[in-house]
Amino acid sequence: MEGLLQVPFLTALLAGAVTAGIPLLLAGLGEQMSEKAGVLNVGIEGMMLGGAYAGFLTAISSGSIWLGFLAGACGGALVAVPMVILCVQRGLNQIVIGIGLTLGLEGLTAILHHVQFSRTYPRLARVETLPIPLLSDIPILGPALFDRHPFVYLAFLLVPALAILYRGTNFGLWLRAAGDRPAALDVTGIDVIATRTVAVIFTGLMAGLGGAFLANVGAGIFVPFMTHGDGFIGVVLAMLARGRAASVLAGAMIFGGCLSLTTAFQIAGVNVPTDVIQMLPFATVMVVLIVFGRQASLPVALGLPYVRGER
Amino acid sequence: MPADTLMAKPHARPQPLAAPLVALRGIGKRFANVVANESIDLELRAGEVHVLLGENGAGKSTLVALLSGLLQPDAGQIIVDGSPMRILSPGAALALGIGTVFQHVMLSPALTVAENLLLGQGWWRRPARAALDQAVGAIARDFGLNVDLDAVTGELSLGEQQQVEIIRGLLRQTRLLIFDESTSMLTPQGIEELGALMRRLVERGLAIVFITHKLDEARRFGDRITVLRLGRKVGEISSERLEALDDASAHQEIVSLMFETIKATGEAVVGKERKRVAMSGKPLLELRDITVTGQSGSTGIEAISLSVWPGEVLGIAGIDGNGQKLIAEAIAGQRRLDSGKITFGGIAIDNLDVGARRKLGIRYLTDDRLSEGSVAAFAVSANLLLKEIGKEPFWSRGFTRTAVIDVHANAQVKEFDVRTPSIRTPIGKLSGGNIQKALLARELFGDARLVIFSKPTYGLDYNNIVTSRRRIAEVGARGIAVILISTDLEEILALSDRIAVMSRGRIAGILENTGDARLAVGGLMVGGALEHG
Ligand SMILES: Nc1ncnc2c1ncn2[C@@H]1O[C@H](COP(=O)(O)OP(=O)(O)OP(=O)(O)O)[C@@H](O)[C@H]1O
Ligand SMILES: [Mg+2]
Repeated sequence: MEGLLQVPFLTALLAGAVTAGIPLLLAGLGEQMSEKAGVLNVGIEGMMLGGAYAGFLTAISSGSIWLGFLAGACGGALVAVPMVILCVQRGLNQIVIGIGLTLGLEGLTAILHHVQFSRTYPRLARVETLPIPLLSDIPILGPALFDRHPFVYLAFLLVPALAILYRGTNFGLWLRAAGDRPAALDVTGIDVIATRTVAVIFTGLMAGLGGAFLANVGAGIFVPFMTHGDGFIGVVLAMLARGRAASVLAGAMIFGGCLSLTTAFQIAGVNVPTDVIQMLPFATVMVVLIVFGRQASLPVALGLPYVRGER
Repeated sequence: MPADTLMAKPHARPQPLAAPLVALRGIGKRFANVVANESIDLELRAGEVHVLLGENGAGKSTLVALLSGLLQPDAGQIIVDGSPMRILSPGAALALGIGTVFQHVMLSPALTVAENLLLGQGWWRRPARAALDQAVGAIARDFGLNVDLDAVTGELSLGEQQQVEIIRGLLRQTRLLIFDESTSMLTPQGIEELGALMRRLVERGLAIVFITHKLDEARRFGDRITVLRLGRKVGEISSERLEALDDASAHQEIVSLMFETIKATGEAVVGKERKRVAMSGKPLLELRDITVTGQSGSTGIEAISLSVWPGEVLGIAGIDGNGQKLIAEAIAGQRRLDSGKITFGGIAIDNLDVGARRKLGIRYLTDDRLSEGSVAAFAVSANLLLKEIGKEPFWSRGFTRTAVIDVHANAQVKEFDVRTPSIRTPIGKLSGGNIQKALLARELFGDARLVIFSKPTYGLDYNNIVTSRRRIAEVGARGIAVILISTDLEEILALSDRIAVMSRGRIAGILENTGDARLAVGGLMVGGALEHG
């Protein structure tokens, strides 16, 4: 136990929190845009899996991690397309379609894995990091935050970028109006369906990137069901974040920390059954929901399809 | 306010008829089992205020939806500038220069007023706040706007939201501007301002469609009147004819077009003999010094004291948004008091919840019929019993007794003349006025001892205003205490025994409704309003 508060433990914990938190961050940010616009996107778990598979396959066969990310984003967006067509355009139930997409992608990626990788289990090499001069020398924080693959920095930069988009542009207003009272947006001549479509595709892109990061950087390998509910945690994060990108970041790091405790405990040589530790993030979800659940303020039209002229 | 805004329209009226800017030819629109519009021909010309009249459910708003791109016609053509056009979206309507001020305010409650007004701009831009301030300022000079641009829209009263909706219509570059019952929540002064403004706009070459239920507005502000009935056009009164008729015969002609069978009495008001309430007895309701803080910037109420006796109709007059709604909500139990005391029938009810107060006989008919008053997706029959759920005889031991509920619903629908395809139709699909009738029916049901009406006849047509007012008068006559909140001074004067005037969250005065009350009340209202500016 005495190893717990020492530098190697804390460094591993923090570094692990970031590694585990990045997919949550991306999923949460993506989901946030959908929810703002009034689409509850529980297909996001499937979008992450799609991104993880496509990203890994591309990275392993091209040898380029960046091509892998690109493919991951495209994979996630591809899974978002049926969500757009069925829920945004046709007005079908968002939860039903979302769960369907998640289950479908779980099956599909498991089969593809079985056919393609299950004999060889190919692995990607550990990614190169880009240490940031000076900052990366800070003890504990340095290695965890500032000696990472450039993708990590980009992911963090997304937070202020989205905050500016939401607060400082008309598109941010459109998103809120689409989720609050879509008819009010429609009558100003802005297409509600198009706005929601952009939001859902963005969710797909972000979820796909998150999945690709999970496979290519976090694990270096693709295995079935590897997202382990990260997408659903992203849904919870978005719901609790009250529309603020920074809150998604905070939440993602807390949950990422829970996930990384597993590895950190092993490094510190603490013997806790892994089952218990793996339960931790979900227990945290429940605690967080009990404590903060009341504060969630969801868009009024969340989950409701918009049909022009309907009363 | 500049003096000219109060002036009536000038007498000399324009030139030979121009080609219509927009024309409708044989327009038809039906919903599942309702024919909302059928073979309607209409010509809208630049330089004319074209009034659409028609009873509740006549199809006026449907026609508006077709013109503003929210709905597509099933039959007929819309001709713009001489060529047939399909207006496939609200964006397309705006691009053609057709702007609409909707009957049910189309603003996003979560956004601020400014944000709502800024919605329709390029996506990447910063919301252009400075330009908006300037543009709104320019309009506010013509049409008073007493709304803070930074207020959250959902926290404004419906009257204030209606002002914002009007401002939005005026902000756009339009050639045809449609006002769907835009005067329904305005004060008398606001109505005059809007009338004068419409006149200036048509003089500038706009075409205007103006929908109202108030015949005097139609006559004073309109150049041409078209009457719809059950989805069909039943008559048009040309501007020459309108000019030639005197007030009484114009009124007679319109009313007979609208209702055919009904005789025009020339007065939308039930004659009511005012009684002196025996104020010697114990009052039924007593508010003593109650104070409620308004939410984020909206007016709260302060030190309100008033009493209501059984059988009395107490009118609460005042410009919308001066705290009237808060009084109603405080009495109904929807708001906590910051201080003060409410007693009802001798007991303190400050700590009772809404349900307990309802049980005591307190009823509140909200003006916000769409979001607060009804559950749009529920059937009419369910909405009629929304506040009785789980109670005998409609529910028994947890089971729903559909047969009893249906009998009740059918009787209520009949008695209150709610025009609905069936009692199973979701209430949200009815026209605005018919929703209002259903809510009125619900609140008057059962053992009411005090009924608070908030703008009870807003959005009702002439015929229904008469019957609703009669009903309110009857409620009072039955010994029930009535609080009547309205921005319509005529209504207050017609029905009340005493009148309280609200201004900036306080009671500016309480008067007996005697012969000279009109001036006194008006003075108190405007006095408050002047201080306001
Ligand atoms: N989207 C819709 N779905 C179903 N029925 C509808 C719809 N829109 C209108 N209706 C029906 O069409 C008829 C005409 O309604 P509309 O709203 O045009 O009346 P209105 O003349 O504007 O009445 P009001 O004065 O009460 O506003 C009504 O019977 C209404 O119930
Ligand atoms: Mg209407």
